[in-house]
Amino acid sequence: MTLLDIRNLSAGYGKVRALFDCTLGIGENEFVVLLGANGAGKTTLLRALSGTIRSSGEIAYGGSDLQKMAPERRLQCGIAQIPQGRGTFTEFTVDENLTLGATIVSDSRRVRRDKERWYDRFPRLRERRSQLAGNLSGGEQQMLAVARALMSRPKLLLCDEPSLGLAPVITREIFAIFKELRDTDGMTLLVVEQNADLSLKFADRAYVIEAGHIVSEGSASAILADEHIQKSYLGD
Amino acid sequence: MTLFVQIIVSGLATGAIYSALALALVLIFRATNVVNFGQGEMATFSAYFTWQLCLWGLPLWLSIAIGLACSFLLGVLTFRLFIRPLLAAPVEATVVVTLGMFVLFQAMVTWLWGAEQKPFPSLFPEGSFSLGDVRILASSAGTLLMLIVLAAVIGCLFAFTRLGLSMRAAAFDRVRSVLVGVNVERMLMLGWGFAAVIGTVAAVLVAPRLFLSPTMMTPILFYGLAAATVGGWDSPLGAVAGGLLVGVSESLGANYVGFLGADMRIAVPIVLTLFVLLVKPVGLFGSQKVTKL
Repeated sequence: MTLLDIRNLSAGYGKVRALFDCTLGIGENEFVVLLGANGAGKTTLLRALSGTIRSSGEIAYGGSDLQKMAPERRLQCGIAQIPQGRGTFTEFTVDENLTLGATIVSDSRRVRRDKERWYDRFPRLRERRSQLAGNLSGGEQQMLAVARALMSRPKLLLCDEPSLGLAPVITREIFAIFKELRDTDGMTLLVVEQNADLSLKFADRAYVIEAGHIVSEGSASAILADEHIQKSYLGD
Repeated sequence: MTLFVQIIVSGLATGAIYSALALALVLIFRATNVVNFGQGEMATFSAYFTWQLCLWGLPLWLSIAIGLACSFLLGVLTFRLFIRPLLAAPVEATVVVTLGMFVLFQAMVTWLWGAEQKPFPSLFPEGSFSLGDVRILASSAGTLLMLIVLAAVIGCLFAFTRLGLSMRAAAFDRVRSVLVGVNVERMLMLGWGFAAVIGTVAAVLVAPRLFLSPTMMTPILFYGLAAATVGGWDSPLGAVAGGLLVGVSESLGANYVGFLGADMRIAVPIVLTLFVLLVKPVGLFGSQKVTKL
């Protein structure tokens, strides 16, 4: 079952195009990584999906047309995004960040229950619940960004370069959490990454993007084993 | 000593009015990153409207309640009509628009109600009460009390409610707020509405002291700007403290510095602002973030 069906997606900034006719599909409960170097168009693709930039082409999400939905509507339909650079509100406390993540949830009791759940999952965040997010370490901020996105109870989680600026061991932990969300919560994930080696160990499938074009697609293990792809696009 | 305390109390009461207007200015500045030079004149308009309701025979407090509600709508409408189309425009453009609102509302008031002064009924009973040796006017105590209630309500809104949290988030980072599902435009709109209500509170507190006139809020706007600068443009608490500080120092200056007297008292906030800008440019309660402007 395809959850997200993207066909001929093009987008850009002003006159500069960053994405050219990208076609990709993500199945329900699948963990997909989109690999590519700096400036390949990864972030642009996520922005087009969350609706923060305009794009052309078709984006079908569970049968409905995403292109017709405003950003907050997409969130209500279960698409949450963790933007690059953590996406936390640095001048707000950890607890306030989680509350903000649940903006679209009107039932306060449900918000409190979800908070407890994610505090249980990320005990570090509970310890620091009344500290400003800006004072957390990079890894803690990324966990906060994940927990914040989960507060809206998404079906599809989009994440932009979680490894950026993080120590390898913490990046590994983040990816382990993503896999766990896929396995136990039935979530679907699209994670954009430069770190191919690590992300491919956790993901099910991968797309490779180069200069705005999707150049390769395959199961994570196949991409990992393909020396040509590794050399040409992923800079190994 | 008694005189000194008396001067402080009267300064606090005047300062409370500056605080209220400064609070309105700061709320708008935080949300939309612009100084609303039309804030005082919008408030004058709402005060006139309140006065008109009284004239039609409604009781004072009911008139004020309706006046406040209408000023909320006026703030929302102003945002929709004049500010929202300019959200993506450079700040300079928006500043010119708020200067235009200053002229617009002053002209509308003069057109609708004329330029001559009108007496505005006092919100508080005549007379005074004693606290030790100090005699305190009921209106001074009432004005201060109103400010405290107002500041507490706004403070609680921002600190303890999800609506307040969303409003703060929208003011802090519009793009990220959209990503978590905050309706940014609605939050900014509410911010303008609340600011207009607070400005109107300042206006109905001023009107009984100065008489109602189309330009009555212009000097208050000046003091409000000073108060916000002293307290820090990104701090509502600073706005309240700044207003009280400006009020007290003005009152002290006018009474103790011989050459100032009643006519030159407006020099006090200027000197105070200058001093604070030299010592702590972001204001007493401001954070560093603002210096980029």
